[in-house]
Amino acid sequence: MEIFIYGITNSVTLALIAIGFSLTFGISGVPNFAHGAFYLLGGILTWIFINQLGIPYLFSAILAIIIVGFLGFILYWGLMLRLRGLVINEVIATLAAAIVIIEVLRYLGFSGFTYVLPEFIKGSVQIGKVWLDYQRIFLVGIGIVLILFLYLFTHRTRVGLSFRAIAQNERTAISLGIESDWTAALSLAFGSALAVVAGLAILPLGSIDTEVGYDILIYALAVGIVGGLESVPGILLASFILGFSQILVATFFKAQWLTVVTLAAIVIILAVKPSGIFGKYKELEERV
Amino acid sequence: MQDEIILKVEHLTKRFGGVVAVDDVSFDLRKGEFLGLIGPNGSGKTTLINLITGFVKPTSGKITYRDANITAKAPYAIACLGVSRSFQMVRAFHKLPAFKNLIVPLYSPRVKKFGGGRYGERDDVAIDLLDDLGFERDSAVPYKTAGSLPHGYLKRLDLARCMALRPDLLILDELFSGMAMSEVAATLPLIEKFNREGLTIVMAEHRLKELFRVANRVIVLNFGRKIADGSPKEAMETEEVQKAYLGIEVDG
Amino acid sequence: MSEPVRYRRERIDRGIKVRADTVFVLATLRDMTYLFLPRFLPVLALLVLPFFVSGGYWEKVLFYSCMFALLALSWDLMASVGLVSLGQALFFGVGAYISGGLNHYLKMPIYLSIPLATLAGAFFCTLLLVSVLRLRGVYFSMVTLILPLLFAHLIETLDILGGTHGLLSLTPFPSGWLAMYLGIFAVIICLFGFRKLINEDFGLVLKGIKDDDRVVMAGGINIYWYKAQAIFIAGGVGCFAGALMTHYYQFVGRSVFALDYTVLPLASAVLGGPGSFAGATIGTFLLVPLSEVLRALGGLRMALYGAILIAALVILPEGLFHYIERKYHQFERDVRV
Repeated sequence: MEIFIYGITNSVTLALIAIGFSLTFGISGVPNFAHGAFYLLGGILTWIFINQLGIPYLFSAILAIIIVGFLGFILYWGLMLRLRGLVINEVIATLAAAIVIIEVLRYLGFSGFTYVLPEFIKGSVQIGKVWLDYQRIFLVGIGIVLILFLYLFTHRTRVGLSFRAIAQNERTAISLGIESDWTAALSLAFGSALAVVAGLAILPLGSIDTEVGYDILIYALAVGIVGGLESVPGILLASFILGFSQILVATFFKAQWLTVVTLAAIVIILAVKPSGIFGKYKELEERV
Repeated sequence: MQDEIILKVEHLTKRFGGVVAVDDVSFDLRKGEFLGLIGPNGSGKTTLINLITGFVKPTSGKITYRDANITAKAPYAIACLGVSRSFQMVRAFHKLPAFKNLIVPLYSPRVKKFGGGRYGERDDVAIDLLDDLGFERDSAVPYKTAGSLPHGYLKRLDLARCMALRPDLLILDELFSGMAMSEVAATLPLIEKFNREGLTIVMAEHRLKELFRVANRVIVLNFGRKIADGSPKEAMETEEVQKAYLGIEVDG
Repeated sequence: MSEPVRYRRERIDRGIKVRADTVFVLATLRDMTYLFLPRFLPVLALLVLPFFVSGGYWEKVLFYSCMFALLALSWDLMASVGLVSLGQALFFGVGAYISGGLNHYLKMPIYLSIPLATLAGAFFCTLLLVSVLRLRGVYFSMVTLILPLLFAHLIETLDILGGTHGLLSLTPFPSGWLAMYLGIFAVIICLFGFRKLINEDFGLVLKGIKDDDRVVMAGGINIYWYKAQAIFIAGGVGCFAGALMTHYYQFVGRSVFALDYTVLPLASAVLGGPGSFAGATIGTFLLVPLSEVLRALGGLRMALYGAILIAALVILPEGLFHYIERKYHQFERDVRV
């Protein structure tokens, strides 16, 4: 029973982290390696707003989401646009941006037990034999709401539909009047904002450590590679597979074997179906 | 020997999502034939070529090249068996000199078997090939950067690239599109010569007048289906073909 | 009514370059010097530098520079075929641990463990990366990014291969000079070897794959085989660097998989000019000493490399080497229109 509950929370955590990254990648074609950096930045900004500027939690959170979302937009507009078309450079640029952000934050010392985000809802409840923090339930709740919201957004709103259009076929979308640059920048803003939302849900469970900027990126990439980066169902499925595997391994073997699971999953997927479980990249047909 | 079937296409179908690009196409190709592949835009000519040369995997069907099943094989494997193709959108290495463009096929396992592998020797073969195709050896043209060549020359460069592979089957995808009349008139005899020397050729074209002068057999595609297969005269007199081409003038 | 005088920038090859390019016989000593000096001088400098820095702090810096130069050169080779690696640390770490492990657990002498680490490491890394080759290039970058980080985590959490403490007291080189000159010769061989390779037909195929792989495939070339070869060679070089470093420090720890060993070569190669192996070398010999000078900044140096990377990408995408080469071979002047 415990396994089930922890498995679910772990899986939703992974899904929250990976969704933002895969959304941006699917639409703009650019992997945003600064995803983890934005996650971290969002958490730290919120902390600063709460503890040094005295802004109430909810407003700090919203402010952080908006600021980082804006940063994501700027990252695309200011940097990526100049490098558009040269794939090599695009890929390197986001990684460079991530490193700059994370290392500067590390230098400024934002690590350790002082840096804690309060839980949204304090206390815990007992389900069966398990004590579950309300925060974790809140997390799952946010996850479900987010997925629903994203689904509705990409299927009902104009911006969302243009997201999907660009993801499917950029040229056609452009010929239909959808501005691909603007949409790509928006998707980057979106993805970054999602990273912050994920951070706000997850960070209260521990303390902030700048290393998390890289760890989050690892998880986002791992889930993406296993599930298939452009496929939302793939991401969800991969999150659950990885999430439950990790919990199972931690329960029946040693807790530290989590990473083995991740690595093993990647190696297996690469050997069996490199494009991911639901990945659709049949490379050959793409560019004739 | 003359009647040896070099290419056998059986019930080839390709679906892209909801669109059927190639619909149950079958034909046999004999060694030494000159087959014209025609049809309105979007009729599936390029897709058919992509299917045969391995760049696209068929949804169903079978392709046999000289008794070997090449359905869904990798493009480079098919090329090494002797099937060479040109590209509709000219794809050359624009930053390299013209003759260096030919080094890649000359470096393939197929051509390497014919010897001449040391550095510099391939350059000579490349210049020779280009000379055969109208790039005069003594002029500066073969040495110019491919990106600076005019369109007609680029098309001939593409043809040279195909011939560099020493193919047994040559598939040309709209080679003449964008070429001036004089360039077509200069290139057509070359292709005819290759055919006379034993090279089986499939040519997808829009310029029917020139094509009918050299092709002895024509296959007409429309919406992915084969609607005619015979001599140019027979094909053009088929009612369905005339309907498909309504609005396009055909001489003769 | 007077029109504004307008100028345009004109670039012309210097006379000496034109002569050097087209005339087979180099007539004067001046011509020969023009051609050979840029190649000869740096190599000479590299060969004698150890004598000047021996025993001092800068000896370590010189060795470091050679290691990073090897990593940058290996990155550049892979980039030449279109594979952008965001994880040179993978090769570095694998080579380091194989050699360190063989030495520690099997007591293998270094003249065996280092070559073995180079070869086995190259095989291992190529096998790992082979399946990603069929996907879009971005996947390759992502997998190379994530693998070294995962390996580092693995070593720490499973406490294998020395865990967090690493493997200590490994066999050192019989002499510091040997290590130094091994490194230097490796750099020189790789630099000129890769340059020759890329200029030959093999290199042309590699560049062709990067430029347009469909045409290359239509020409009968198995692009995946060539990509694998590039990874193998580059991987071997990276593993060699890792193995050398391990025995220079007589220690290997999980830090060999750290981002530092990825980012610095990356920044050096991009700054120096991707595709020109000389650029990667120049970039390294600029950034590594710089990094030593700025030691006080600690972790901020990584942020600096990131910033340099971005600046190089945006401002000088052709790289320093091509910029210098252009200035050397051509002169510019403003010509009246």
